[in-house]
Amino acid sequence: MAHDTTHSEHGEHKSATKRIWQVFIILSILTIVEVVFGIFKPDFLVHTDLISLSLLNWIFIVLTIIKAYYITWAFMHMEHEAASLRRTVVWTGVFLISYLIAILLIEGAYIQDIYANSFIAWDF
Amino acid sequence: MEATTVAKTGTEGKTWGGGNQPLKASYGKLMMWFFITSDALTFSGFLAAYGFSRFKFIEEWPIADEVFNHFPFLHGVDAPMYYVALMTFILIFSSVTMVLAVDAGHQMKKGKVVTYMALTILGGIIFLGSQAWEWKNFIKGEYGAVELNSGKIIQFVDANGDRIALDEFSTISQKVRVEHQEKNGVWYEAEDSYNPRSLEDVKRGFIANEDLRVRTMKITDEGEKEILTREESLQTLEEKGIGVIEGANLKKNEYGAPLFGDFFFFITGFHGFHVFSGVLILVIVFFNVLLGTYEKRGSYEMVEKVGLYWHFVDLVWVFVFTFFYLV
Repeated sequence: MAHDTTHSEHGEHKSATKRIWQVFIILSILTIVEVVFGIFKPDFLVHTDLISLSLLNWIFIVLTIIKAYYITWAFMHMEHEAASLRRTVVWTGVFLISYLIAILLIEGAYIQDIYANSFIAWDF
Repeated sequence: MEATTVAKTGTEGKTWGGGNQPLKASYGKLMMWFFITSDALTFSGFLAAYGFSRFKFIEEWPIADEVFNHFPFLHGVDAPMYYVALMTFILIFSSVTMVLAVDAGHQMKKGKVVTYMALTILGGIIFLGSQAWEWKNFIKGEYGAVELNSGKIIQFVDANGDRIALDEFSTISQKVRVEHQEKNGVWYEAEDSYNPRSLEDVKRGFIANEDLRVRTMKITDEGEKEILTREESLQTLEEKGIGVIEGANLKKNEYGAPLFGDFFFFITGFHGFHVFSGVLILVIVFFNVLLGTYEKRGSYEMVEKVGLYWHFVDLVWVFVFTFFYLV
């Protein structure tokens, strides 16, 4: 988060084309990696679990967040905004979404547990 | 008089004293950011709800590769993921042309802004068309399934364990549909949807083909759907089958859990609606650029604002792509 926000002042009319194409290449590579993993699904990654999710799914999620970072920072110019604006938008989202995901996924897993181990038949 | 003077707050000239932009962004851009934040939370709500249902039915959720495996002009070829990957590229590329338009706007190059915005609009329209095609395939279905009295579904596989479509082993027996009329029931509201292939047709075809077996929704430890033995298959179909499902709607679908179809329609539909409104706004701004509105105003900030929205739509798709098609 320790981005230098001052250089936008100096480079007001300087073209950012180079940066844009760089980011496009990064995003494309990340997407291709995701698709290749999605098609081949290496056994090792599918069958190794880390906190209720397979390693493969963790890779997908991490790559997605990296893509989200590049889209927000480079395409949406977040890297040139004031730190206060950046924090207002990013931290609000990060905290609320983390909370939402945590509580819903825990509840979902709990209900699945009831289905699987309690008195309710899966298929009657 | 002393009483009429405005009370001083003592913050004049300070950051939050008014008359300046503490967040170093114009009112319009700030409001766009606030809108994006709230919209991001809306989408997170949907995706988290999808995650909830997914975890709830973790042992029987449809496998995305098997559902989304179509590609234009490759009929009958198993092409998992390629099509959505293509859609993702289309949207990312339209984001690139959008940001190039914004960049050209900063340099007050009207011609470039026009070109890049036109490309962005084109990308958006292609994406919408792709999504319509995707929906068409999803709604039409490919293999068909039989619904059980528990609300679960069963699918059919051949001797090799490959999926087999209902119309490959069952024939539709001729019958006349008798329309339910108002005189036959006071509470007549509407006719049910009509599927000419009856459960009896499927049963007959299944019994005649010794090789066929039933595949349940249950996912085994290998990450594949469970396949029953021939005896279990016959028994399940005979005792539990209640109807034929071909394709998908909001109540039933041939892929598995009804919620899977609901979330597919709702989340991709809501995203598609965002793309659609994005294209509309882009078109309006595009014509304003053509007319020279922003040239006169001396700033292309409006292009920047619609750009923010467009990138956000792309951002959401990145997550929908991951959670619907990959995970």
